[in-house]
Amino acid sequence: MAKLPKPEELSKIDLKPPKTDWMDTPVEFKEDMYCWGAKGKNLKVVEFPNARDWSPKEEDWKLPENWKEIVMEAFGDRLSKYRSFKLFMDICVRCGACADKCHFFIGGGDPKNMPVLRAELMRSVYRKHFTTGGKIFGKTAGARELTLNVLKEWWYYYYQCTECRRCSVFCPYGIDTAEITMMGREFLNLLGLNIDWIAGPVANCYMKGNHLGLEPHTIKNSIEFFLDDIENITGIKIEPTFNRKGAEILFVTPSGDLFADPGTYTAMGYLMLFHELGLDYTWSTYASEGGNFGFFTSNEMGKRLNSKIYAEAKRLGVKWILGGECGHMWRVLHQYMDTWNGPADFLEVPKSPITGTVFENAKATKMVHIAEFTADLIKHGKLKLDPRRNDHLKVTFHDSCNTSRGMGILEEPRYIIKNVCKNFYEMPENTIREYTFCCGSGTGLNASENMALRMRGGLPRANAVKYVHDNHGVNMLANICAIDRATLKSAMEYWVPDVQVCGIHELVANALVMKGEKERTLDLRLEPLPGKAEKEGNE
Amino acid sequence: MKIFFPLVIVMILVLLVFAGIKANLYFLFGVVIPYAALAVFVLGFIYRVLKWASSPVPFHIPTTCGQEKTLPWIKQNKIENPSSALGVIIRMALEVFAFRSLFRNLKTELRDGKIVYGSEKWLWAAGLAFHWSFLIILVRHLRFFMENVPVVLKTIEGLDSFLQIGVPLFYMTDAVILAAVTYLFLRRLYLPQIKYISLAADYFPLFLIFGIVLSGVLMRYFFKVHIVGVKILAMGLVGFNPDPKILSEIGAIFYVHLFLLSILFAYFPFSKLMHLGGVFLSPTRNLSNNSREVRHINPWNYPVHVHTYEEYENDFRDKMKKAGIPVEKE
Repeated sequence: MAKLPKPEELSKIDLKPPKTDWMDTPVEFKEDMYCWGAKGKNLKVVEFPNARDWSPKEEDWKLPENWKEIVMEAFGDRLSKYRSFKLFMDICVRCGACADKCHFFIGGGDPKNMPVLRAELMRSVYRKHFTTGGKIFGKTAGARELTLNVLKEWWYYYYQCTECRRCSVFCPYGIDTAEITMMGREFLNLLGLNIDWIAGPVANCYMKGNHLGLEPHTIKNSIEFFLDDIENITGIKIEPTFNRKGAEILFVTPSGDLFADPGTYTAMGYLMLFHELGLDYTWSTYASEGGNFGFFTSNEMGKRLNSKIYAEAKRLGVKWILGGECGHMWRVLHQYMDTWNGPADFLEVPKSPITGTVFENAKATKMVHIAEFTADLIKHGKLKLDPRRNDHLKVTFHDSCNTSRGMGILEEPRYIIKNVCKNFYEMPENTIREYTFCCGSGTGLNASENMALRMRGGLPRANAVKYVHDNHGVNMLANICAIDRATLKSAMEYWVPDVQVCGIHELVANALVMKGEKERTLDLRLEPLPGKAEKEGNE
Repeated sequence: MKIFFPLVIVMILVLLVFAGIKANLYFLFGVVIPYAALAVFVLGFIYRVLKWASSPVPFHIPTTCGQEKTLPWIKQNKIENPSSALGVIIRMALEVFAFRSLFRNLKTELRDGKIVYGSEKWLWAAGLAFHWSFLIILVRHLRFFMENVPVVLKTIEGLDSFLQIGVPLFYMTDAVILAAVTYLFLRRLYLPQIKYISLAADYFPLFLIFGIVLSGVLMRYFFKVHIVGVKILAMGLVGFNPDPKILSEIGAIFYVHLFLLSILFAYFPFSKLMHLGGVFLSPTRNLSNNSREVRHINPWNYPVHVHTYEEYENDFRDKMKKAGIPVEKE
């Protein structure tokens, strides 16, 4: 990996397109802008076809001889299975409203990252093979043959889209680029052309239950490690359960939060909150992943990984499922899970055992978002909170793409934040809620070899954070997504170094006054609480 | 090429009309082609919509643009994030009649290393002006096909010409549509990004519509045609009994108007213009956001190979036991 250019260099962006027509501009694989190819062994684990080691850098991608037939057959099949795909191939008028809405285009200037053009990469092939006009008029009708070069172009750009759906908010017909790149990735996966940063976690999740490949005892160990820290901070010993039959609630959250900070602090927050409530819940080591990198691979792989959640809920005999803070996890749970692996008729309509609130909006899926759960607790005054403990923080909130545009969970996290800390500042309105910008590293693009791509994609978000940092002194970027916690940390270190990243349940747990706790001097990061530093120093 | 080619095609189409009239092909241009074009339009439109509809909507994928329905004390955005059929209907109506999503448009600019977002309503305004004036003009033309002009039509005509300028009265929509089409063309020419993404298929309908409007304007305000003759022809066409004698009396420019319109109608089902039908079918807009409340069925959902808990426990039983995690089989 080459050394990443300095921020001042990377932010010199020219949004003007080049002189040559896009069809006549062959794809150029730029350094640090793409991920490594999937390893054969990871694809074999999930029985994927054409599993082999290959490298996007090499000229020869070791494709099967009939690769074109494979793609065209799948293309026809998906057109007949997805109205969205078929419609979005046909109705774009190229008005250009989406052009400058993509974070990769804004932060990079590559015209093929304009959503309209990213889609045209596929539409052009569609016209050539599936429309009469395209067959007759060819290039004049915007049609072109599927060649090896085009396939490589698909690979390069369909792994330069985080399926954040910001473009679909602005499109007058609601054309959703995610629907197109998802198909693109399905086709590429038929040829063994995944990226390893997705294929690895998928293989892990399939065999071990989570993306990180944490084995059951390791999950327990990681959590016990948090418990030690929690005991240090609060003096309270917490004893969570694992794979416990008969618990009322199964708790599922992304495994990333068990592994690296600042996600770990969010996980500690869950443990403390549930303990304080006396919640009858269990963790599962089998369904130990809320996220779903299968969703970034193919529809089928997404379903295969997702199946564990309901299967485990059924095995353990829980009443309902509570889900932690995560972005794409919730797109899947909200819009796909019940359709794939439901009906969840063996569960009950979720009801908060603390407040008695029945979550009618989740009565089919039986899965509640923790922000809904906690907001309800606060509203009913069930938590004793001391927001002064977060006084050293000036917080802003980053809406995750999937929870805002694929769900609409906007007010709950804000309500929670405002109740647990006193300094909250919104970023500019064109960059939050449904207009929010991607962290730049979603859909499995959070590898390290594509850091330039990630920093470019993260620029629009960072630019808005910088605005509140400069104007209000914001120093904490809160969010409800595990990938955000992992990736915005790097993006902030690069673009706005004084801003840290956290999940909202870290803030909740900091403010949470627990029964029988000792006087707290440290926050969850084991840093002195505001006003407590001196006292500690004197001891 | 992308601009030149469609321009030449439209010019050739105009020349074809003059050649046809010279060769006395009135019946072809006045009767056969309009009928054929209308048939292609109607059948093609239906075919395309049915073809889209034949592909199912496997997943519930609305793009939500506001607060969802959750806890009773959190105010839901019932239109931008609808959970009921009524909400969806209002959302779709705003989309179709007011171009709601286009109204959100922003312009992203880089200024001294900072990214700023400015309001950009021109595309929305021009798009709305174009589509609405097109619709009003189309409705106004219905008077040619009716024995007695209904009050609604007269009202529309009255409003459209309320400036009361000139003889015949000047219709505002004529000017609006010319301006809007010109703007939509110029932005493709002068905005670098838009120029880069434009295809011949984007210029062709613009030229065609420009030709239709221009010929219409010329014939109404400047080169007068035999307007009673037009009405007789139109009534004849409606009754499937066109009078061949009237055809040669009308005037060439009318046939340019009619022929370009016929081409537009015939081209419609094969082109991006089908967004007219497509917008109603878009799953990111026409679904309510209630997928956790009501199960969405995928008709082609099929069983998949999964890694079961049993297999998992077999892999890790010893480690689980050692860690004190309960197992099914000891």
